[in-house]
Amino acid sequence: MAKRVRRGKLEPLEKCPTGISGLDEITEGGLPRGRPTLVCGSAGSGKTLLGMEFLIRGITSFNEPGVFMAFEESAQELAENVASLGFDVPGLIARKKLLIDHVRIERSEIEETGEYDLEGLFVRLGAAVDEVGAKRVVLDTVEALFGGLPNEAILRAELRRLFRWLKTRGLTAVITGETGERTLTRYGIEEYISDCVIFLDHRVNNQIATRRLRVVKYRGSKHGTNEYPTLIDEDGLSVLPITSLGLSYPVSRDRVSTGVPRLDAMLGGKGYYRGSTVLLSGSAGTGKSSLAATFADSICRSGKRIIYLSFEESADQIIRNMQSIGVNLKQWREKGNLVFNTVRPTLQGLEMHLAMIRKMVKAFKPHAIVMDPISNLISVSDRIDTKAMLMRLIDFLKNQGITAVFTSLTTGGLELEQTEEGVSSLMDTWLLVKMVERNGERNRLLYVLKSRGMSHSNQVREFRLTDDGIVLTDVYLGGGEVLTGSARMLQEMQDRVQTEVAAADAARRKRELDIEKADLRADLDALKARLANIEAEQNLAQRGETTRIETLGQRRRSLSRSRQAD
Amino acid sequence: MKKKPVNQCAAFEKAAADRRRETYVLRLYVAGINRRSEAAIRNVKALCEEHLQGRYELEVVDIYQQPTLAKGEQIIAAPTLIKALPEPLRRFIGDMANKERMLVGLDLQPRKKS
Repeated sequence: MAKRVRRGKLEPLEKCPTGISGLDEITEGGLPRGRPTLVCGSAGSGKTLLGMEFLIRGITSFNEPGVFMAFEESAQELAENVASLGFDVPGLIARKKLLIDHVRIERSEIEETGEYDLEGLFVRLGAAVDEVGAKRVVLDTVEALFGGLPNEAILRAELRRLFRWLKTRGLTAVITGETGERTLTRYGIEEYISDCVIFLDHRVNNQIATRRLRVVKYRGSKHGTNEYPTLIDEDGLSVLPITSLGLSYPVSRDRVSTGVPRLDAMLGGKGYYRGSTVLLSGSAGTGKSSLAATFADSICRSGKRIIYLSFEESADQIIRNMQSIGVNLKQWREKGNLVFNTVRPTLQGLEMHLAMIRKMVKAFKPHAIVMDPISNLISVSDRIDTKAMLMRLIDFLKNQGITAVFTSLTTGGLELEQTEEGVSSLMDTWLLVKMVERNGERNRLLYVLKSRGMSHSNQVREFRLTDDGIVLTDVYLGGGEVLTGSARMLQEMQDRVQTEVAAADAARRKRELDIEKADLRADLDALKARLANIEAEQNLAQRGETTRIETLGQRRRSLSRSRQAD
Repeated sequence: MKKKPVNQCAAFEKAAADRRRETYVLRLYVAGINRRSEAAIRNVKALCEEHLQGRYELEVVDIYQQPTLAKGEQIIAAPTLIKALPEPLRRFIGDMANKERMLVGLDLQPRKKS
């Protein structure tokens, strides 16, 4: 922040960085140096804290001592109030960097007896400024004077003189004032402080309180004019200049595993893109959280960090429940890879959720984030606001290259391929888990509805939660229908039996044929033998006949010879 | 406990009489010497001499000279006269020209019923 100021273009107006997170961005460098700034707001809007932080950060970050002139609280009370924010007021006072002067005015003690001025206040302030060499001054709430001193005309003149005096001393001052009915401050002191006016708002909408900050005017300087959500937490005040940063974030080709090998396979074989946004939607009990937890487990397993934001379950409950499917998240939490943040959405407004997430992300620097479920955010606000908030969140996460997994509950009556928040178009990958009811049981089906930039499976898989985690099984596709669960198993079994029977049949048939073949062969052999016999007999007969004829011839010849016939 | 009837009325009378003899401790804070400071000093002195002769201590402090006193005494306006004693503590701001208010505030004259 400070660097930005020094690096910035030639500034016609010198600025005094507040060191308050975000405020310097909105005001483009800080408050006008050497001039008073009015900080107004209703009771409890954080005026005093802003003032105190302005001084403390001034001392710790910019080495500019400060004076806090308190009209409402004592030094002791102030120190105690900010001690919870980690500000060591007594230490700074001891080191002569900070001076708190409590101006106590008891109306009942005071008797006005003629003309007067507020020189006493000037002397005190002057002495205090000199004592610590202050560059910064806070007057909290100077309007208390109006309640304590009777003559308003004198007061107004004196306040005007006081602000002029601050200017001539070159002090950067924060003057707080409580909001009036029609005016910014109850006594209209904004009339005298015209350089910079900051308005703090603490409003309640649908029973949810949101703090906002707006720079009403800033003479001679550009400034953000929106209302910015403001957060008071253990680190003090932070203003969140949340703007949509345009679509210029760097993208990554790296992939991160979903934690389910079969699902990785469905997503081009490697899982989600790093820095992409993933939506897991489905009706109640479809295992969205389990899928998200498996992803968290996988991220941690690879040694990376993840934030698990749960809007429905406590951290311990998630850990216990995920144990039942064999996902041990406890170890990761203990190792510091996993941070849970479990809040009810109704705890705070959307902006505050966003602010809180941003803060966590900045502090923890995770590689991935799980938000379970986003559909609950709608209970805080309406659809348009929720979408705008998610858009900002997604832009922010994409800029940081953080993979985000959101779950969304599809309630009855809505099309499955539709989310209540209308955020599907913001998502890069959308997995849908669907319940199928059949044969008296409900089974889960998972499919990839879309996944930008990768070839993904178009197949429906049965999604099963087992003791060893999530298992994706091929569904039974046969006979023109999709079967899951026990129907699938039954069908598979039937198929198996049928195959076995068929195999047995075939074997039997083969055996029968073999036998028949063997029989025939035997018959064939017998016939062959008979044939051989017959042939042999034939030969024999032939030979006998020949012999007989020859013998007959010989006899005839020998007879003729004996008869001497010629 | 001893039961002794106390004359409440007499006790009150006595206290009131004591009060009339009480010493006043007054401190007048002014911011430098100017017309208003001078008027305040003059008015306070005149009033004390007139009503509290012999039983008052008046200290005049210039807060320019002793700024730390201004913080300690919770001085906002100048001039401021502080009646430290008798109790209760009371502050008078202004040039002390309104004599009637001064007397009432110093418990030297009963408050007018309004």
